[in-house]
Formats: sequence, C-alpha cells, structure tokens
Amino acid sequence: MAEALLETAGLCAFYGATQVLFGLDLTVTEGGVTTLLGANGAGKTTTLRAISGMVRTTGDVRFRGHSLAGRAIEDIVRLGVAHVPQGRGTFVRQTVEENLAIGAMSRRDRAGISADTERVYRHFPRLKERRRQQAGTLSGGEQQMLAVARALMLRPKLMLLDEPSFGLAPLIVRELFTILRTLNETEKVSMLVVEQNASLALDLADRAYLIETGRLVTAGAAHDLRSDENVRRAYLGY
Amino acid sequence: MDLFLHQVLAGLATGGIYACLALAIVMIYQAIDHLNFAQGEMAMFSTFIAWQLMQWGMTYWVAFCATIAVSFVAGVAIERVLFRPIRHAPALSHIVVFIALFAILNSLAGSIWDYNVKSFPTPFGSRSLIGEGLMSSHDAGMIGVTLLMLVLLYLFFRHTRVGLAMRAAAANPESARLAGIRVGWMNALGWGMAAAIGAVAGVMIAPVVFLDPNMMSGILLYGFAGAVVGGLASPGGAVFGGFAVGVVENLAGTFIPYVGRELKLTIALFIIVAVLTVKPAGLFGRNIVSRV
Repeated sequence: MAEALLETAGLCAFYGATQVLFGLDLTVTEGGVTTLLGANGAGKTTTLRAISGMVRTTGDVRFRGHSLAGRAIEDIVRLGVAHVPQGRGTFVRQTVEENLAIGAMSRRDRAGISADTERVYRHFPRLKERRRQQAGTLSGGEQQMLAVARALMLRPKLMLLDEPSFGLAPLIVRELFTILRTLNETEKVSMLVVEQNASLALDLADRAYLIETGRLVTAGAAHDLRSDENVRRAYLGY
Repeated sequence: MDLFLHQVLAGLATGGIYACLALAIVMIYQAIDHLNFAQGEMAMFSTFIAWQLMQWGMTYWVAFCATIAVSFVAGVAIERVLFRPIRHAPALSHIVVFIALFAILNSLAGSIWDYNVKSFPTPFGSRSLIGEGLMSSHDAGMIGVTLLMLVLLYLFFRHTRVGLAMRAAAANPESARLAGIRVGWMNALGWGMAAAIGAVAGVMIAPVVFLDPNMMSGILLYGFAGAVVGGLASPGGAVFGGFAVGVVENLAGTFIPYVGRELKLTIALFIIVAVLTVKPAGLFGRNIVSRV
C-alpha cells in the first residue's frame, strides 16, 4: 500500500458538550482517493470539519508528519489541506477571477499564481468564459466547480470534498466527477470525498469507509465495499 | 434661486464633515458588522494627539502623518485587546464595550488636555471662496481630502491583494479562513484603517467646530445618518450620504418653517428613520444576487 498522507487516530469531535465522532481511524494514501459514506447525520461533514480544525476534537490527526490537532484553520490550510465545504463557500459579490485570487491568498509567488489560474481555467473552461462575472450569478454546478477551482489555487496535497454532488443535475455531477478524477491523476491531488451518492463515490475512490452515528462500521478497498452484499443492501441502497 | 444655491453650497461644506466620519464608520461596519459608537471619540482623541504634536513644535503635515500612523496602530490595538476576546459574544456585549470606549476616551482626553475649547489650524487657509462665508477654502480643502481618501480606498480595495483579502474576510469569514486568509488580522487591519480615517476626519473637522473632548457629540449622529443613507456597506455611498445629509439639513433649516437652527439635529434622526423604513439597504446597498 502507498504511504499514508493523512491519518486520523481515535478522532473524536464535539459540538459544545455533544460528542459527534467516537474514535475514527481513517487513512488517505499519497495520491489516493478515499471516500467516506454514511447516512444523514452519521458525522461525515463533521469528520472533514474535525480534520480542518473547525470543531473541537480529541485524538490525533497526522498530515505529512505534522500533527494537525490544535492548529488554526488557516495554518492547516497553509500546510496543503484544501477544504471544499458543503454550500461551496462562494464569495458571491466577487467575480470568478477574484474568487480564484482569494484561493491563492496564502501564496506569494506571483508567476506561479497566474500560471495556476490558467491551468485551472483549462480544467474548467466554463469558468474562464465567466471570469468577469459576479460569482453569485453562476449556476449551482458552476459554483461547485468554482469551489474546487478555488481550492486548487492553494496547490493542495489533499482536498477535502464535502458532498460535491449536492443539489446538482445528474449530467453536471458526471462532468464534475470526471474532472475530479482528472485532477487526481494529473495534478496528483489526494482526496477525501464525503458523498451521499455512494455509487458515484465508490467509482472515484480506491478506499472507502462507512460510518454510522460517528463510529466506523466498515473499511476497505472501494471495490470490496461495492461488492459486499450486506453493505450494499443496508447502506448504499442499490 | 440664489438663496437655494447658496444653501446647497453651504450644505456641501458641512456635508464634507459628515462624509469624513461616515467613511470611518463604514470601514468598521464592514469589518465587524457593528456600528462603532466610539468612532467619534476615537477621532476626537486622534485630533488631540495631532494638536499635542504641533504644540511640541512639529509642522502641520508632519504632525498630520504621525497622527495617522499612531491612530492606525491604536485602532489595531483596540481590536486585538478589546474586541478579539469578545468576538463570539452577542451584539449587546459589543455595544457595551463601544459605550465604555466612548466614555473612557472622552474622560481621558478631558483629564489630559482639559475641557477648554482650543482652536485648531488648517493648512488650506480660511478665505471665503464663494459668496459671504458659504464655502471657505478650508471647506473646499476638506471636501478634496474626503474625495481623495475615497479614491485611495477604492484603489486599495479593488486593486490590491490585501484589499481583496479584506473584502473576502468581511463577506464570508469561514470560507476566507478555508482559503488560508487570517481573518482575525484582517479585522484588526479594518480597525486600524477606520481609526486612521477617523483621525483625518477629526483633523479636518476641528478647525470648523474647534477642538474639545465633546467636539463630536453633534457630528457623530450626522455621520451615522450619512452612513445609513449610503447603506453602511459602501464607502462611496457613505461619502455621498454625508454630503446629502449636510445639504438636506441646511435646506430644511432654511426653507421649512419651524425647523430653523434649533431643530436641525432632528433632521438627522428623521433621515435615519426614513431611510431605514423606506429602503433599509440604503441608497447604495446592493441587493446581493445569488443562485442556489
């Protein structure tokens, strides 16, 4: 197995006094795509938020040898963890181009930033057409692509994607996931993907975890989980 | 008609004062989503610093620049020390701290520099430019400085990376943090800039209303009115609002019987209530277009 890029050990998360995650052990390998599946309220979004330092946690999160526990969101992001949040986090009054510039705000290399902007536009030609448009006027699918594009501007090693298919038309979803696969292969970005659409996520991923009310139920290679009769019937709904 | 034009001009002259202060108010509102009730006192305190520096022998422009620098640092410090610890507290806590700051600065200025009214110099002279005392060269200079600040702010926010980072931090703090922007420092920077703008406003206003710890008591309300007219979110709107309030106040005082000099302050309150009732987003507040 390839080397681990991100590893959580006994990860617990809390909202106020309420515990939401109960000791998760997850791994994302270098260059790999891991998916986190589960029903609504299982703690998938919280897991991503715990990794990014957005909720109070106990347990350990290690990323490329650094411990992320107790670090500020900004510092975790600057280590190379890009979080594409649910709801996309679009800066609605700024233009598409400004949104990308905001994504690159932690970087100083001017030349690198403009080269990356062009590279991102090659992956998302639709965004290039709309570069001067106010981002709030983009369609849902375009805003999701913008969110991924903005995350790419950080030159991340790892992308945390929270429900990228949420609220999008099936055709757009397929297009988006094709782009995600390309990004994983050509840009060598590892990914941790949270999805409701399990079949789609298992196609993209090489590794999968199934969680239920904040606890790990099953873990394994994506195609094993896909073919596991019990898992399929109970959790994947097909 | 002549009278009308004259009163408009005189209104623009006083409007320059309100516009200056409205600009500072909007800067902090952008950063923290609250009206800073201590804005006027901060500006007053800065003006005293400028006065003190000149008493110690500095020339006008050296003292002017030094005051801006000191005020900027003080603004950042106020955010870090007073407001950062309560950033998750409800709005009422913020208001209480604003009022405390107001009282502290007012008394501190009084105890350091006493409450005697002092005159304050102007670099623009005080010749009458138009008519009999309708607009002096100082008024014109003040309007010029306000417009210059507006242009500089526009360039800063539109064309610099820090400006874009500040806009991002104000618009969507969580998403900005996920882009690696240090939102806390952006807020502090906003406070510093507001304090610096307030300092410019104070130094420009002082030659007209004279310098004493209570110099801002009447003006702050007009500043708020100007900011509300402009929609609280746009620096350009705030400046326009400031001028508009100055003109309306002056015209109402001249042409509407009963208002006269005494009821002018009521006009500011009336404007605030009227704008909030009819167009809560202000004349320049954009309705945000968004698809989901």
